Amino acid sequence: MSVTTAVEQTENNAPLQILAPDGTVVRPDLMPNLSDDELRELMRKMVFTRVWDQRAISLNRQGRLGFYAPVAGQEASMIGSEGALSKEDFILPSYRDIPQMVWHGFPMHQAFLYSRGHIEGGRIPEGVNVLMPQIIIAAQCTQATGVAMGYKLRGEKRVAINYFGDGATSQGDFYEGMNYAGVYKLPVIFFSQNNGYAISLPFEKQTASENIAVKAVAAGIASERIDGMDIMAVYYAVLKAKERGVNGEGATLIEAMTYRYGPHTMAGDDPTRYRTGEEQSEWELRDPLIRFRKFLEAKGLWNEKDEEAVIEEAKKAVADAIKKADEAPKMKVSELIDCMFETLPPSLEEQKAEYLAKESK
Amino acid sequence: MAQMTMVQAITDAMRVELKRDETVLVFGEDVGKNGGVFRATEGLQSEFGEQRVFDTPLAESGIGGLAVGLSINGFRPVAEIQFFGFVFETFDAIASQATRMRYRSGGRFHSPVTFRSPFGGGVKTPELHADSLEGLMLQTPGLKVVIPSNPYDAKGLLISAIRDNDPVVFLEHMKLYRSFRQEVPEGDYAIPLGKANVVKEGTDVTIITYGAMVHTSLKAAEEIEKARGAKVEVIDLRTISPLDIDTIVESVKKTNRAIVVQEAQKTSGVAAEIITQINERAILHLEAPVLRITAPDTVYPFAQAEDVWLPDVKRVVDGLTQVLDF
Ligand SMILES: Cc1ncc(C[n+]2csc(CCOP(=O)(O)OP(=O)(O)O)c2C)c(N)n1
Repeated sequence: MSVTTAVEQTENNAPLQILAPDGTVVRPDLMPNLSDDELRELMRKMVFTRVWDQRAISLNRQGRLGFYAPVAGQEASMIGSEGALSKEDFILPSYRDIPQMVWHGFPMHQAFLYSRGHIEGGRIPEGVNVLMPQIIIAAQCTQATGVAMGYKLRGEKRVAINYFGDGATSQGDFYEGMNYAGVYKLPVIFFSQNNGYAISLPFEKQTASENIAVKAVAAGIASERIDGMDIMAVYYAVLKAKERGVNGEGATLIEAMTYRYGPHTMAGDDPTRYRTGEEQSEWELRDPLIRFRKFLEAKGLWNEKDEEAVIEEAKKAVADAIKKADEAPKMKVSELIDCMFETLPPSLEEQKAEYLAKESK
Repeated sequence: MAQMTMVQAITDAMRVELKRDETVLVFGEDVGKNGGVFRATEGLQSEFGEQRVFDTPLAESGIGGLAVGLSINGFRPVAEIQFFGFVFETFDAIASQATRMRYRSGGRFHSPVTFRSPFGGGVKTPELHADSLEGLMLQTPGLKVVIPSNPYDAKGLLISAIRDNDPVVFLEHMKLYRSFRQEVPEGDYAIPLGKANVVKEGTDVTIITYGAMVHTSLKAAEEIEKARGAKVEVIDLRTISPLDIDTIVESVKKTNRAIVVQEAQKTSGVAAEIITQINERAILHLEAPVLRITAPDTVYPFAQAEDVWLPDVKRVVDGLTQVLDF
């Protein structure tokens, strides 16, 4: 085995774990070197994100939000991976990966505007290195190769990370992206959140492959299979993949085993049709927040008061962001026309004039 | 000035841009050492190195995604799709990704990619190589579509396409690659996108066309002028999106009669769009319905039937006769 440095897993195919579900450290040798404050910050972001997710679901039910894909269960994968990157690294997310975007610097009120389909929800501020969430499954896997090739050509020590689900690994673009990354040795991280389902389709019907990590073998890139409910394992794997990338050792595929507690999206998906309550309860025992909280509590780094404070902070932040989103002026078709080309061709100038006339009434 | 074929002019345009701007990158299948299957990138890799001009694995969606990713990271990719019949494999990157970049990012990112590709009939390629799929591109908002008809235009238009900050599909008719030579200036010159060229002035009927059909149309114009003295105006669109409707309408107002000639199948597409716009803007100037001379609505045929399937001089002459006699 030369090219795939480490499908880092035990013989029985168990994903890499650093923290056991009870919060004890099972692989002290791999424990990321993080300060107490950094550890607490990761917990803060997970709790915040859980609250934000609950609020977003409820706002959606009240009709105050548009398209939304719940994230509860996946916080460790999302926050641990973003946390291991620096702000210079580039995120190419999928529709569920809004938390990584926001923790990378994308303003939350804009995320809400994105959810409502407002153009302002896509206006990525200068210096925030994210692309808009991708809807075409796995398209970001090929685009990440281009972003990464840019870094490589300019000799910059930066990586591009692209997020996608388990279903996405059936798409050609996933393979084409990995193959390119392998051939050109690009600083890319392919981060698959294997939450067991693509809408309703369970993993074993998605692919006959034993797991996703092995799919890197054919592309000649490294891979890691990790417990995606264990934020330390996620952090460790992404940091290692980043080092590999910036050291010229090429791309890494990470398969994070995780679970989404909620429906696929808020647009009518009913998970009770395709999965059982027992399954859900089983996964909840491995919850990323419980696990990390126990770990921190044992070290005296977290207590109920800390938790309460973050919950309040998150509620207030969401309320403020929604208020700000509400204040955004309605999106206009003339604005939409303006961003079709650098300078408008005459036909669109005409069409814009029509809409400007309507909009001024 | 040098005498160049269209394919040489295209290579020259890429050379000019690679030299001028180091963010320009040229890539695609077999474009490196091999210089492309039509030799359109001949010599560029040895001149500019493997970082600037390189081969990709055989994966069109990968090419498109790579181009889009590079474009948002400050580069100007010139990506070759080996034959335009394979565009479907990368249609998502062109039509859903590159064209939406400004909109999706609220203007923060744009996708200045040039997708170059050979297309066009009459050269007896295997299936799915020659298809004229420009109508599909035309219907894609946010995309520019350029189709040169001669070496001089090809160089100037490709230079503009590469410099353009929007995604451009640049289609190179295979039959025109080496069919004739023309004086082409060395170095740098640009022909603006979105401006048609009146290649022949006339007063009695207008032919609106592009690509290889410019030449077919010019021959037909000559024939009809000889046969009945009618003066034909011929417009080479050069760019089908954006469309230079002003030049078209101006001409129709002068001649009061028009036909549109395209190689592609009849339904929808470029000719349908042009006729609609003439109706919207100049219907009272018309003395006859505007006709379209096109291929029939079938799949592109095997080589045996290609010559009769494609519009030819006779069909264009018949069309002209019909509108002149209306
Ligand atoms: C090309 C394409 N095909 C189908 C869909 C519809 N669709 C949206 S999400 C989804 C399932 C994706 O599952 P997975 O990749 O596992 O990601 P998850 O939602 O579980 O995070 C499908 C089929 C789409 N958005 N794009």
